[in-house]
Amino acid sequence: MGNNVLIFAEQLGGKFRSVAYEAICQGKKMAQGLGGKAIAVAIGSGVEAVAKDLGQYGADKVIVVDNAKLKDFTVDAYGKAFAEVVSKNDPAVVLLAATFQGKDLGGYASAALGAPLSSDCTEWASQDGGIQVKRPIYAGKAYVTVKFNSQPAVISLRPKVFLPDAPDASKSAEVEKIDLALSDDDFRSVVKEIIAKTAGKIDVTEADIIVSGGRGVKGPEGFAALEELAGLLGAAVGASRTVVDEGWRPHSDQIGQTGKVVSPKLYIACGISGAIQHLAGMRTSKCIVAINKDPEAPIFSTADYGIVGDLFKVVPALTEEIKKTIG
Amino acid sequence: MNIVVCVKRVPDTETKIKIGGAGTKIDPAGVEFIISPFDEFAVEEAIRIKEKLGKGEITILSLGPAEAQAIMRKAYAMGADKGTHLNDATECQDTLAEAQALAAALKGMQFDLLLFGKQAVDYDNGAVGVQVAKLLNIPVVSRIIKLDVADGKATVERESDMGKEIVEVKLPAAFTAEKGLNDPRYPKLMDIMKAKKKPLEEKPAQLDAPKLSIVKLDYPPARPPGKIVGEGEEAVPALVNLLKNEAKAL
Amino acid sequence: MKFDFTEEQKSMMEVGRDFAEKEILPTQEEDEKSHHFRKETFKKMGELGFFGCVIPEKYGGNETGHLCAALLTEEIGRVSASWTLPFNMQMWGPAFTILNHGNEEQKEKYIPALVNGDLIGAFAITEPNSGSDVAGMGATATETDDGYILNGQKMWISNAQTADVSLVYAYTDKAKKHKGISCFLVDMKNNLGIKTAAIETKLGLFCAPTGEIAFEDAKIPKSALLGQKGDGFKICMWQLNNTRLGCAARGVGIARGCHEHAIKYALERTQFGQPIAEFEMIQDQLALMYVEYEAARLLVLKAAYEKDQGNIGNTLSVSTAKYYAAEAAVNASGLAMKVFGSYGYSSEYPVERFFRDAKSLQTVEGTSNIQKVIIARAILSK
Repeated sequence: MGNNVLIFAEQLGGKFRSVAYEAICQGKKMAQGLGGKAIAVAIGSGVEAVAKDLGQYGADKVIVVDNAKLKDFTVDAYGKAFAEVVSKNDPAVVLLAATFQGKDLGGYASAALGAPLSSDCTEWASQDGGIQVKRPIYAGKAYVTVKFNSQPAVISLRPKVFLPDAPDASKSAEVEKIDLALSDDDFRSVVKEIIAKTAGKIDVTEADIIVSGGRGVKGPEGFAALEELAGLLGAAVGASRTVVDEGWRPHSDQIGQTGKVVSPKLYIACGISGAIQHLAGMRTSKCIVAINKDPEAPIFSTADYGIVGDLFKVVPALTEEIKKTIG
Repeated sequence: MNIVVCVKRVPDTETKIKIGGAGTKIDPAGVEFIISPFDEFAVEEAIRIKEKLGKGEITILSLGPAEAQAIMRKAYAMGADKGTHLNDATECQDTLAEAQALAAALKGMQFDLLLFGKQAVDYDNGAVGVQVAKLLNIPVVSRIIKLDVADGKATVERESDMGKEIVEVKLPAAFTAEKGLNDPRYPKLMDIMKAKKKPLEEKPAQLDAPKLSIVKLDYPPARPPGKIVGEGEEAVPALVNLLKNEAKAL
Repeated sequence: MKFDFTEEQKSMMEVGRDFAEKEILPTQEEDEKSHHFRKETFKKMGELGFFGCVIPEKYGGNETGHLCAALLTEEIGRVSASWTLPFNMQMWGPAFTILNHGNEEQKEKYIPALVNGDLIGAFAITEPNSGSDVAGMGATATETDDGYILNGQKMWISNAQTADVSLVYAYTDKAKKHKGISCFLVDMKNNLGIKTAAIETKLGLFCAPTGEIAFEDAKIPKSALLGQKGDGFKICMWQLNNTRLGCAARGVGIARGCHEHAIKYALERTQFGQPIAEFEMIQDQLALMYVEYEAARLLVLKAAYEKDQGNIGNTLSVSTAKYYAAEAAVNASGLAMKVFGSYGYSSEYPVERFFRDAKSLQTVEGTSNIQKVIIARAILSK
C-alpha cells in the first residue's frame, strides 16, 4: 500500500501559482501523517528551472514533465502526463487545487486510475491510517465528511482556504525529469485562440480582497465607486447573480452558486441582499463586511461587520478613510 | 446528429437543507426537486442545435431514483425526444462509480455530442462529465459558454485562467455546460402534456461498490455573530479601525 | 378524492412560478411605479400557452383545462396581481366565450390570435351608471342594413385603451328589458366612433391597463353579433361565471404571496431578542392567513375541477370561490401589513402593493355582495 502524496503543482506561463504552494504545504502534512513522501508534479513548458523551489514549501521531490507542446493546459495531454506519473509513484493520495485546471485534471486522473474523488475540500484529517476530507455540498448549506475505501484517493482543495506556510529558503527538492512521448492524439481538443483577459484585471478567485456589488448598485455606472475602492485595495470586483443577469457585469465576475466560489481574506458586499445562492459563493471568506441600506437584509446575519446606509455614500467614504489611515 | 444529455435530479437551490436522522443524508421532506441548473443549459443547447440543423435526436440519460423520471420529462417538455433512466437510489456521492454506471450505459449508445452540466448542484464535485469522457476515451472540453457544430467538428468557447479560449475538437466529444451558454426556455404547456407520451426506458444502474463513504453530514460552522458598526458614512472610521486592528483584514 | 397534483400540473405550476420570478419580478417595482404594461411579457405568456388552457388545440389552445389555468393564475398572482388579468382578458373572457357562443368564422378569426397574444382582448359590461345592475346599462346597438351602430359609454374596463378586440354588451331592444341585450365582438382599433381613455387614478393593479370607452355612432358589421340578438344578458352571466374563477385564482395568489412574505419576514425580524415568529400574536396572524389561503384555494380548485368535468355553469361553486378568495386576499394583505410593521407601510416592500391590489377583488367581476346574493339564491332554491 502506497503512502506517498502526489501533488499537482499548477503553473501558468511557467510560473507556479499560489494554489500550488497551498497544495504542496498540505500535501507535505498529509505525507508526514501517512509516513510517505510529498511528491510534486510540474507539467508545462519551461518549468524545469523553477521546479526545485517547490522544496521550499515542503515538496520532497518534484517530477517534471517539460515539453514545449505542454505550454498551455489541455486535459488530454496534461491528464496523460499526470496519470502516468501518478501511477508510477504509488500514491495514497493525489492532491490538487480545485481550480480550472485542477478540476479537469482531477476528474481525468480519477477515471484513469479508478480512484475515488472528492473535490473542493475545505478540511482534511489523518484518520485510521488514511485521509478523511470535509467538503461543502448543497452550495455550502451542509458539509460532508468523506472517507475513502481505496487507494489512491483524488482530493482537490478549495483555493485560499489553506494558506501556505512561509517558504523555507533553505530547502530545495530533488528534481526528476520525465520524457513523455506526445502525439496528436493527446491534443484532441485544440486551442485555436485565446482572447486574453483585460490586463490588470484580478480574477475574483485569486484576489485576497473582493469588493462585490449587488442589485443595490442599481446599474453598471454604480460600479465606479466599487472599482475605485477595489483599485485602492488591489482588490477584485465581484458581482451578484442579479447584476450579471442584468448585463451590468460579466459572468466571470459572478460570485455564488452558479458563479464562482471565493474565499478571500476580506469580502465587502455592497448592496447585496445575501440570498442563499450568493452566500454559497463567499461564506468561507475570512472577514465579511456588508453595506446595505436595508437593515433587514439577510447578509447582515452572515457578515462580521455591517454598515446600514446608502452604499453610494458609504463606499466613497470608505475609500477616503482607507486612503487617510493606510495610505 | 445524435445528442445525449446527462441530467441529474437535485434539490431546488432555494431549499432549506435539513440533515436526516442517521446524519448521513438530507431529510427529503418538503424538498422540491429540479433538473440541476447546469444540466438545464446542456438540455437547452442540445435543443438549439437540433433546431438549427433541422434534424437530430436528443436522448436524456439520468442516473437516479425512480423520481428522476419526472425530471427527465421536464427535459422532454423542453424538446428532448427520448431517454434512459438508470435506476439507482443509493446517493453514494461517489462520482467515479456514477461515471462508470453512466459510461456503461453510454457504450451502447451512438452519439455525436455528449453533454453534461459542469457540476450537479447537490454535491458540487464537478467531476462526472470529465470522468465519463475519460472512461469512454472521448475528448472533453469543460465549462463551455458557446457551442457551434459543423462538419463533424465542434468549436466552443470557454473562460479559463488565461482568458477566453476558443477550442476546436472533432466529434464525438463531450462538453460540460457553464452558465452563460444559453437561457433555458420555459416549456410550453402543450409540450408538458406531450412529454408524457415520449419514450422513456428504465434499466437498473450498473453501479460498482462505491470507493468512498459518507462519514457524516454537518451544518456549516456558525460564524460568530457580526455587529452592525453603525449607520451611514459616520460609521466608516469605526469600520476601518475594526478591519485594521480587530479583524486584521486590511 | 386524491388531493395530489399530477406531474404535468406540477410542471405547469413550476413554469408559472419561474416565469413570474424571472420575467415579472425583476422589473415589477419600476413597472408598478410607471404603470407600465410590458407587451413582451404578455407575448411570452401567450407563446407558452398560458392563455390556451381551456381552448381546444384546433384553435391554438392546449386543452390543459380550467384547473391548470387556475394553478397558473395563482403562481402569477403570487408575484403580481396585475399580471393575472391577461388570463381573463384573453382566455376566460373573450376566447372561451367566443368558443361557446360564436360561429365558426368568429372562432377562427379571433380565438387563435387571442390565445397566442397577437390580439389583446377585453370585455365591456360596466358603465359609469351601471355596475352590479348589469341590466341597467345604457349602451345601445341600433341595427341598420349593414350592421349596428353602437352608442354609449363603458367604464372600469380592463384593457379598454389597449384592446384589439372586445366583447361589448349593449341593448338592441330596450323594450325586451334584459332579454334585449346583445353581445358584440368589436374591433376596437381603427373605428372612428370608438374613443378610449386610460383611468390612471386606481388605487392599485397599476400594470393592468384600465380605461373608459366612448361609443359615438360607432359602426360595426353584422358579423360582429355574437350568438343571437337578445342573448347578451345570458352570455354575460355565463361569461362572468368564468372570469370570476380567474379573479378568484388571483385572490388565492395574493393570499399566498402575503403569507409567504409574512412568514419569511417573521423568521428574520427580531425584537426583544428573538424572531417575531416566536410571538403568539404573530403566530395567530400567520395561522389565519394560511388557513384562509388554503380554504380559498380549495374552493377555487373545486370550481375549476367541476368545469373540467363539463359543469361550466357551476355558479354556486364559482361565486363561493370568488367571494371567499377576495375576502382571504384582503384579510391576508391586512395581516401581512401588521406583521411587517412599519416596513409594511413602505413602498419598498411588496406588502402594500398586495394590500392595494387585493381590495379590487371585492368589487370586480361582481362585488362581494352580489356573490353572496348569488350564493343565497342558489342555496335557497335547492
